[in-house]
Amino acid sequence: MSLKDQSSLRIVVYEGAGATPLGPEARFELLSAALERGFSVTRATGRGSVSPSDRTSLLVVGAFDAGVPPAGGVGEDGSTVRFHDIAGMGGRAVADLIDQARSESGAPVPGAWKPWFPVIDFDRCTNCMQCLSFCLFGVYGVDAGHKIQVQNNDNCKTNCPACSRVCPEAAIMFPKYKAGPINGDVVSDQDLQREKMKVDISGLLGGDVYSLLRERSERAKSRFSKERDADKALTERQKCLTKLAQAGDIPAEVLMSLPSPEEIARRAEEAKARARDALEAAGGSRT
Amino acid sequence: MAEPARILYCHCAHAQVVPRDVKEAVLRRLSDSGVSFEAAADLCEMAARNDPALVRLAGEGCVQIAACYPRAVKWLFAAAGAPLDPARTQVLNMRTAPAEEIAAALASGTFTPNLPAGKPLPEDAPSPSKAAPAS
Repeated sequence: MSLKDQSSLRIVVYEGAGATPLGPEARFELLSAALERGFSVTRATGRGSVSPSDRTSLLVVGAFDAGVPPAGGVGEDGSTVRFHDIAGMGGRAVADLIDQARSESGAPVPGAWKPWFPVIDFDRCTNCMQCLSFCLFGVYGVDAGHKIQVQNNDNCKTNCPACSRVCPEAAIMFPKYKAGPINGDVVSDQDLQREKMKVDISGLLGGDVYSLLRERSERAKSRFSKERDADKALTERQKCLTKLAQAGDIPAEVLMSLPSPEEIARRAEEAKARARDALEAAGGSRT
Repeated sequence: MAEPARILYCHCAHAQVVPRDVKEAVLRRLSDSGVSFEAAADLCEMAARNDPALVRLAGEGCVQIAACYPRAVKWLFAAAGAPLDPARTQVLNMRTAPAEEIAAALASGTFTPNLPAGKPLPEDAPSPSKAAPAS
């Protein structure tokens, strides 16, 4: 199931009129349990404001007066509202209740996918299409106005920030990356001047990154055919990949999972063609 | 009197980039404060799903968001088709600021918008509804 098709459920911790506030420990435990399980939570008291309701289904929990929760219902849009009295329930029981709500709502299991995908800073992006041209996994595309966008974020390789390094404007962020400016920290002039941010891994490696992979692989293949030494070929490939990994901070497992050199070449050509078409179309629509 | 800012807390549940002690201390202070607030398990995950709840959270009125870097938060929301209003949004960065500072800012009742200003408006960001089919 695509990420965008997954349903969600919001938990409301209700402590307003008609309910008794929870104890501090019980409340904190409940909030933590719900968040760790991947749910959005609204804590509603008589103070402060929260966002209005939307079409997300709700599970409203609280210590309701006389232990009687209000009746729930189903909205015209199919969203549901359920109430549950949790007075006196221990942390384990509340966690079970949340797990039950998950299975009934079809909400995704937390941690099944680390949310790792590029986020474009359009204050900086110049629509140069370097990222579209570079990415082999079809993460990028263009919108109807020929503007770059992230189209398939679940295709992105976890922990791989390589496309952000080919961006000449440091416009591509991975919010869960360890360091700035890729993590969203302010971009300094120094960052832009830094060779690793400037243009590309290919520059660092003295040539096109895919050509390098192909060359290395060909050499390894030729050696393999001469020597029939699978171990040596593997070592060669690993050496190449280690260098790439260090230069671009690309996880080794991402590099190891790259397709065959022929497939890389095919995808790289395809990506470049898409970028070229988008640039031409964008140029045409500007004139 | 102006309506107080809504509070949105991000638990960044799917990564270890926000120090655990900071996010737990901020959540604890919010939990003990008696005020209403919203909490998201992970704003990145919601943005990846284009969760319509982000539109609700971006919503109307002022909002204080305890999460990570303002630049990242701004464009995460924009990418999900829920642009934040720069004049009505304050992002508190739990990756860099101590929990006490974040909690004090949330409790102070003062509001200082701090989204990075940029060339185009967030509405200029492409949205899924405008997407062209991948070739």
